[in-house]
Amino acid sequence: MAEAVLETRDLRKAFGALQATDDVSISLRAGEIHAIIGPNGAGKSTLIAQISGALAPDAGQVVLDGRDVTGLPVQARARAGLARTFQISQLAMEDTVLQNVALGALGAQGRPFGMFRPVLRDRAIRDRAEAALERVGLAGQRAMRAAELSHGERRKLEVAVALTLEPRAFVMDEPMAGLGTEGSAQLTGFLDGLRAQAPILLVEHDMDAVFALADRVSVLVYGRVIASGTVGEIRRDKAVREAYLGDEA
Amino acid sequence: MTRETLFNLAVLAGLVALPIYAHLADEPFTITLATRAVILSLAAVGLNIALGIGGLVSLGHAVFFGIGGYAMGILAFHAQNYMPLMEAPFLIEGTKSMPVIWLVAVIASALAALVIGLLSLRTSGVYFIMITLAFGQMFYYFAISWSAYGGEDGMSIYVRNGFPGLNTLIPIQFYGLCLAALVLALGFNGALARSRFGLALNAARQVPDRVRAVGLDPFRLRLVAFTISGAITGLAGALFADLNRFVSPTMFSWQLSGEFIVFIIIGGTARLFGPVVGACLFVVLEHYIGGWSDYWHIWFGLLLLVIVLFGRGGVIGLIAGKARAHG
Repeated sequence: MAEAVLETRDLRKAFGALQATDDVSISLRAGEIHAIIGPNGAGKSTLIAQISGALAPDAGQVVLDGRDVTGLPVQARARAGLARTFQISQLAMEDTVLQNVALGALGAQGRPFGMFRPVLRDRAIRDRAEAALERVGLAGQRAMRAAELSHGERRKLEVAVALTLEPRAFVMDEPMAGLGTEGSAQLTGFLDGLRAQAPILLVEHDMDAVFALADRVSVLVYGRVIASGTVGEIRRDKAVREAYLGDEA
Repeated sequence: MTRETLFNLAVLAGLVALPIYAHLADEPFTITLATRAVILSLAAVGLNIALGIGGLVSLGHAVFFGIGGYAMGILAFHAQNYMPLMEAPFLIEGTKSMPVIWLVAVIASALAALVIGLLSLRTSGVYFIMITLAFGQMFYYFAISWSAYGGEDGMSIYVRNGFPGLNTLIPIQFYGLCLAALVLALGFNGALARSRFGLALNAARQVPDRVRAVGLDPFRLRLVAFTISGAITGLAGALFADLNRFVSPTMFSWQLSGEFIVFIIIGGTARLFGPVVGACLFVVLEHYIGGWSDYWHIWFGLLLLVIVLFGRGGVIGLIAGKARAHG
């Protein structure tokens, strides 16, 4: 079995009496897409927040590339190779599409304190930014402001910024959110190819996308992983059908 | 060339031409007014780096203005009294040399901004405004009680400080120095806005979570911006003190901090020439309406109200349209 690139070990987080994350141990191996599914309020966002570093767990560890990163803040985890996308697009709306990806390239390169040379004339940054736009199909919109993009284009730009980081692992929080059937299918195709570059931990409500993409699926209910396995196993799992999937499976 | 660039060049041309005209027409008071406008512009340009790009609404920038002013006042005070600042462990004497005074003003205000930033940038929004205001008040009351340097009365410096190769007593020459400082600061601000730092700081204002997610620390970006911002406003304070040949605690007053913010809003937030336009308008209105009515602030307040309600981009927004993203 391949070594885990990203791993949580017995992660626990409570808000008052609510156990939002209850002994969650999941792993992400090289080359795979591991989907996390579960009903609303199952603790998916809380889990993502602990993996990305926005929220400190009460107990347990987050391990990236064999290194315990539990104590590191968001930006240090990003530098260590963790790229996340947001459920609600986090884009600099006043900036152009190219500036948004350039920010990712700048973050990947470090040294953000240069104050005299124009950042977009920096070949290394510009090339990396343009390449990411090219890959998600936004190269034509590079001069538009992020605010002028359609919802679907913003979702693509979210992914493009993550690409510029050339990470060890992707953590994607509902990348399909709000996309139509066509947009979902398009992004599904793109993510399918992306797993070869770096594995993806995918939180997603769009079951068509999950069943098409995931190598493994973990089901989260009330903060607990109630089942974990291949798409086929999960679809047949009785507990999962009761808790979540219902007729969809 | 965009309309905004054209407008900026026109403003700059005016700042060069008007005082030259006043010089030829022998109207030194007009030059003094223009010098005041240029120095207040410089102070607001400093603030605009923190406020416009970084979104840091500091209601305590008079601290840096005052520190710059007192740096000048203290150094010149000791020089005119032939009393060293300190003798042990090593001798520090006062000075009447502008370059030295400016250097001290910039370093002292940058240090103050660094410390105040370290403490206040952990908060945001209204809390940040209140903490910076509180620091402003601390410095204000400290200056009032600092009797060694004039306390509440402030101190007068009898002769304007010197600059190598110039006669700073001639109004137009001192004006030239101030304008040069403003142009340099604007050039730096323009470059900064397009630079790596500008991109990151601008994003930290709009989407700090995104900035963290790409591996950068918004706090550090803001701290550096705040420090640079304080240093520029500090330089303006030193010039302002030299213009009036007088330093007093009012340079630390929160009203002044508020006026800097108002300059930026009136001119156009995050617009390169926004603070310049705002400060110039302020000085012009202060002089003309102030000469006609003691309650001129009411009229200035009305102007501010109209601009906030109807022209979100300030005067520059009204004239040159929406701001364009770089690149």
